[in-house]
Amino acid sequence: MTGVRAPRRRVGRMSGGRAVLIALVSTIVFFGVIGWVVVNSPGWPAVQRSFLDPAEFRDALPDSIARFRINVQLFLIAEVLILVVGLLLAVLRSLPGPVFFPIRALAVAYVDIFRALPGILVIFVLGFGVPALRIPGVPKDPFFWAVVALTLVYSAYVSEVYRAGIESVHPSQEAAARSLGLSRFQALRFVILPQAVRRVVPPLLNDFIGLQKDTVLVSFIGVVEVFRTAQNKQAAHFNWTPYLATALIFILVTIPLARLTDWLIARDRRTQARGGVR
Amino acid sequence: MSAPVALRIEGVHKSFGKLEVLKGVDLEVGEHEVVCLIGASGSGKSTLLRCINLLEPIDAGRIIVEGEEITAPAADVDAIRRRIGIVFQAFNLFPHMSVLANITLAPIRVLRRPRARAEADASELLERFGLADKRDDFPDRLSGGQQQRLAIIRALAMEPDLLLLDEVTSALDPELVAEVLEIIRELAGQGMTMVIATHEMGFAREIADRVCFLDAGVILEQGPPDRIFGSPTEPRTRQFLARIVAAGRL
Ligand SMILES: Nc1ncnc2c1ncn2[C@@H]1O[C@H](COP(=O)(O)OP(=O)(O)OP(=O)(O)O)[C@@H](O)[C@H]1O
Ligand SMILES: [Mg+2]
Repeated sequence: MTGVRAPRRRVGRMSGGRAVLIALVSTIVFFGVIGWVVVNSPGWPAVQRSFLDPAEFRDALPDSIARFRINVQLFLIAEVLILVVGLLLAVLRSLPGPVFFPIRALAVAYVDIFRALPGILVIFVLGFGVPALRIPGVPKDPFFWAVVALTLVYSAYVSEVYRAGIESVHPSQEAAARSLGLSRFQALRFVILPQAVRRVVPPLLNDFIGLQKDTVLVSFIGVVEVFRTAQNKQAAHFNWTPYLATALIFILVTIPLARLTDWLIARDRRTQARGGVR
Repeated sequence: MSAPVALRIEGVHKSFGKLEVLKGVDLEVGEHEVVCLIGASGSGKSTLLRCINLLEPIDAGRIIVEGEEITAPAADVDAIRRRIGIVFQAFNLFPHMSVLANITLAPIRVLRRPRARAEADASELLERFGLADKRDDFPDRLSGGQQQRLAIIRALAMEPDLLLLDEVTSALDPELVAEVLEIIRELAGQGMTMVIATHEMGFAREIADRVCFLDAGVILEQGPPDRIFGSPTEPRTRQFLARIVAAGRL
């Protein structure tokens, strides 16, 4: 990423027209050479047939986009739950005093365990294992278990992000709130959390990006979403191009979100450098 | 003493780990009295004020406000803090709230005042202390002096019986000190009971009914400002004041 940005800044320092011309020529030559080498390498026709088949692409793209809706739904539902459960965990973990020790311990154990487990394991166990118990009243819908699994895994990460945010608010803020007669809970709700949440928006967005991509993992328990669609097509046509369509969709959705995150982080850093609101 | 007692501190001890900061502090503050705490840096002035507001638990002793022992184990800490305002050296304003919201937060949430009334009261205070035009700004847009005035207003909005001020001018540029001291003067004139930790000896001399010199964890000497500053009896008080004079602060 820095590799892309640095030259651009250097271009800016040179006299306008000439710099653009040099950059243009250099880019054309650079990618021209790479392109020529790739296209003339012995394996190229096979690669082209298998990965870059235009007919396959035209066939796969509409279905993939349609199926991507499932990923988006999964993402949106899980994200809301993750934000709520993560916050709850962070708050439980910061409960003071010996009375709350069991609750704190439980929250710590939860976070430790679900951060240690590979997401795919949790998805498998919940998606296949639990429905197989055939307990009456327990849902069998893989989409349901996909949401549960992603929420369990990601809320552990997100609670740590929240906790870092809560701890980054200076203790004098709590002292000021308590000195006005606010209870511990009121101080947390009106003074600490609003400041903490504002600070953790960029790292939370980073976790969102991870979640967005991890929605494909639930294809393994039979949720027919975008990745599963590509798999089915690949298996039927012996051609890998459908995966290209899936990749393209993720690239188009994720890059803007990643850029937004970078921008927010950079803005935060500028605010801090200015000695702004801490 | 005939005047009713607002605050009584009896044998208060406070340690941070091995460091014993307060070693048996006794102090009585009458209603409408202004008491200034002076003493070297690190002598425990802030610690004492924080103990009075129960922001620090004490190790031994008792603190009694308006006849109620606030250090009793069953005391309602939140209810007590409502009656004792504290203003910190570093303002500690809420940066995510407007000036108005900083002031009305506690009256609305703690005293359960209707928002409209809390805002009307806050506007009146802002008017009185010359911040009416900053009502909707955020604290980081205010000057240091304005921020400290806002911190005082925020404490006053709870209509405390007792106001604790902890070196409220020491984070300010010299030209901003006067505007904050003016407010404290006004509050004293209105009969607000105050305990003020300060390095501004000239101000302490002018405003205090009584000056207490805190040294080595106890109040070594106390009395009317003229006597403490004019003819201190304790050698250590004399030493401290001589250093202050040498530094040009008296
Ligand atoms: N939370 C704390 N933990 C450990 N030590 C502390 C804490 N608060 C204060 N102290 C120590 O207690 C002593 C008294 O501190 P305090 O802030 O009360 O002094 P002060 O008289 O207000 O000084 P100053 O005039 O510099 O404000 C100092 O040695 C300080 O380092
Ligand atoms: Mg201090």
